[in-house]
Amino acid sequence: MSQKYILGIFSDEVPVLDAVRALRASGNAIHEVYSPFPIHGLDDAMGLKRSRLPKAAFLFGTAGLSLAVLMQAWMLGFDWPMNIGGKPALAWPDFVPVSFEITVLLTALGMVATYLYACGFFPGATPKQPDLRVTNDKFCIAIKSEGADQAAVEAVLRQHGAEEVKVEEVEL
Amino acid sequence: MYESPLRRPLITGKTSYAKITDDIVTPIEAAPTKWWYLGFAISVAALGLWLLAVGYLLFTGVGVWGLNKTVDWGWDITNFVWWVGIGHAGTLISAVLLLFRQKWRTAVNRSAEAMTIFAVICAGTYPLLHAGRPWVIYWVFPLPNTYGSLWANFNSPLLWDVFAISTYFTVSLVFWYVGLIPDLATIRDRAKGLRKTIYNALSFGWNGSAKAWQRFETVSLILAGLATPLVLSVHTIVSMDFATSVIPGWHTTIFPPYFVAGAVFSGFAMVLTLLIIMRKVMRLEEYITIYHIDVMNKIILVTGSIVGSAYITEFFMAWYSAVPFERYAFMNRMFGPYWWAYWAMMTCNVITPQLFWSQKIRRNITAVFIISIFVNIGMWFERFVIIVTSLHRDYLPSSWAMYSPTWVEISMFIGSLGLFFTLFFLFAKFLPVIAIAEVKSIVKTSAEQEIAKTAEAEGIDLKEVHPQIA
Repeated sequence: MSQKYILGIFSDEVPVLDAVRALRASGNAIHEVYSPFPIHGLDDAMGLKRSRLPKAAFLFGTAGLSLAVLMQAWMLGFDWPMNIGGKPALAWPDFVPVSFEITVLLTALGMVATYLYACGFFPGATPKQPDLRVTNDKFCIAIKSEGADQAAVEAVLRQHGAEEVKVEEVEL
Repeated sequence: MYESPLRRPLITGKTSYAKITDDIVTPIEAAPTKWWYLGFAISVAALGLWLLAVGYLLFTGVGVWGLNKTVDWGWDITNFVWWVGIGHAGTLISAVLLLFRQKWRTAVNRSAEAMTIFAVICAGTYPLLHAGRPWVIYWVFPLPNTYGSLWANFNSPLLWDVFAISTYFTVSLVFWYVGLIPDLATIRDRAKGLRKTIYNALSFGWNGSAKAWQRFETVSLILAGLATPLVLSVHTIVSMDFATSVIPGWHTTIFPPYFVAGAVFSGFAMVLTLLIIMRKVMRLEEYITIYHIDVMNKIILVTGSIVGSAYITEFFMAWYSAVPFERYAFMNRMFGPYWWAYWAMMTCNVITPQLFWSQKIRRNITAVFIISIFVNIGMWFERFVIIVTSLHRDYLPSSWAMYSPTWVEISMFIGSLGLFFTLFFLFAKFLPVIAIAEVKSIVKTSAEQEIAKTAEAEGIDLKEVHPQIA
């Protein structure tokens, strides 16, 4: 659903950080910031919560490890035990390499799937971005126009070096 | 984001975010050069040879190879191990160097990872075909067995290898693609028409939002944390194919670290071979600088020295073990009928990398290119020596034999190089060969212009600190 946003376009990342801090100090909620590369410190400046992806990764890893260990133990130890020179059928040390590989595989695939799902990314998805230049050399701060003091927001953006401020109806 | 001006600039010349995008995306948008067509045509021709040889192999059987009852692993497994080794630099660069926060990684990780993926594809073809009947290769997976209740044998290092290589391939591919998504969006947002449609589908709707970048960085960091032990596990497990056997020359506990070091050694050599050509042809000298080549040469020097020490340790242990079979196997390597393979390996792997102690040689592009080729050849011979010379004279002298490849094996090797380069040429044409977003993120700390600014503010004479750039 498209909505009206105040968009401040910058051409450097340092003033973006200052502008974000100043806008939040003056009581404006930042909707989103768009940039061609990750800006370090922006998460804290925007007050973004930490990503929960590491937790998802841990869960997938645990699932992978359990699956791998149980699978090998069940197949070789219980379902069809083989007598190989009288050695124990449940040869735990032999299960280590495959358990490790399956753990890594499931963690990686599960986490990346979660990441794509959380961001709403899939092949052919329409990008929700305010300006095409944010993947090249421009940075954009988006603030919901509804309930915001447009003139004051524009003043803060300009003061911190926004080279362009516009109000547009876009889907973000 | 303070960076000492004493650090070497990683992006030379005058740069800007828009210029980085232009430099890397323009070759994708322009028509291919005649050099690209020439290289691509040669690669596809070699790939055709591969198809011919493999077709003949599949219709006739593995008997068309030069293998015999004594030497039952030859060029097939040599090439498999060689290719897997080459596939070690990419993930090492992108994962281990990410954890160590090495910024120079940003210029080379994309192409090195692509190289990894293509090398692992080439590697995978060998065990697939060596298995004899590739159409039933799914038997290696632990599927519910309808032909009886016997499961795949998880005690076998060969089965560990299946899991290691396929996991390594999948995770490397996923890691590579996750990093590609923002750059594909950069191409998408400049394109029109059909190109826009294609890159729109490929870039998954990437929008560059702060939340997306936050998740992106989390995913990259965890994938790097996963890929680091993974990359070490792959060649460890490959080495166990040998080390768990009772063949003299294979039955050594030194194999896992020795194979991993050798893999990194050969991987970096191949990265240098390719990047030295690519930076010239695609005019990327501002991003892949002499300094980048210098640091990669240092890694080659370190891993090459580890490999050299491993060769000497093996010999010492063979003597020290007092096992006559072990002693004979190593004497046979040096002075037996395959002495030339052994000495080719020693010259290329032990002597040539030691030249990199000299900074002059590390920074001489021609010298580095030649040495990198030597290392590639040397590492191929290492695998040949380990496999063939250990097998051809076994415990029973009556079954001693010699092995030489047939035209099918030679064609398959040339053909796998064709497959590798075909994929690499397609990659260089259609995908960004340098991680655009990552390079932009180091501009403020590591571009020459920024370093010059800091140096001026601190009253440091840049000419004195970095004579080669001033």
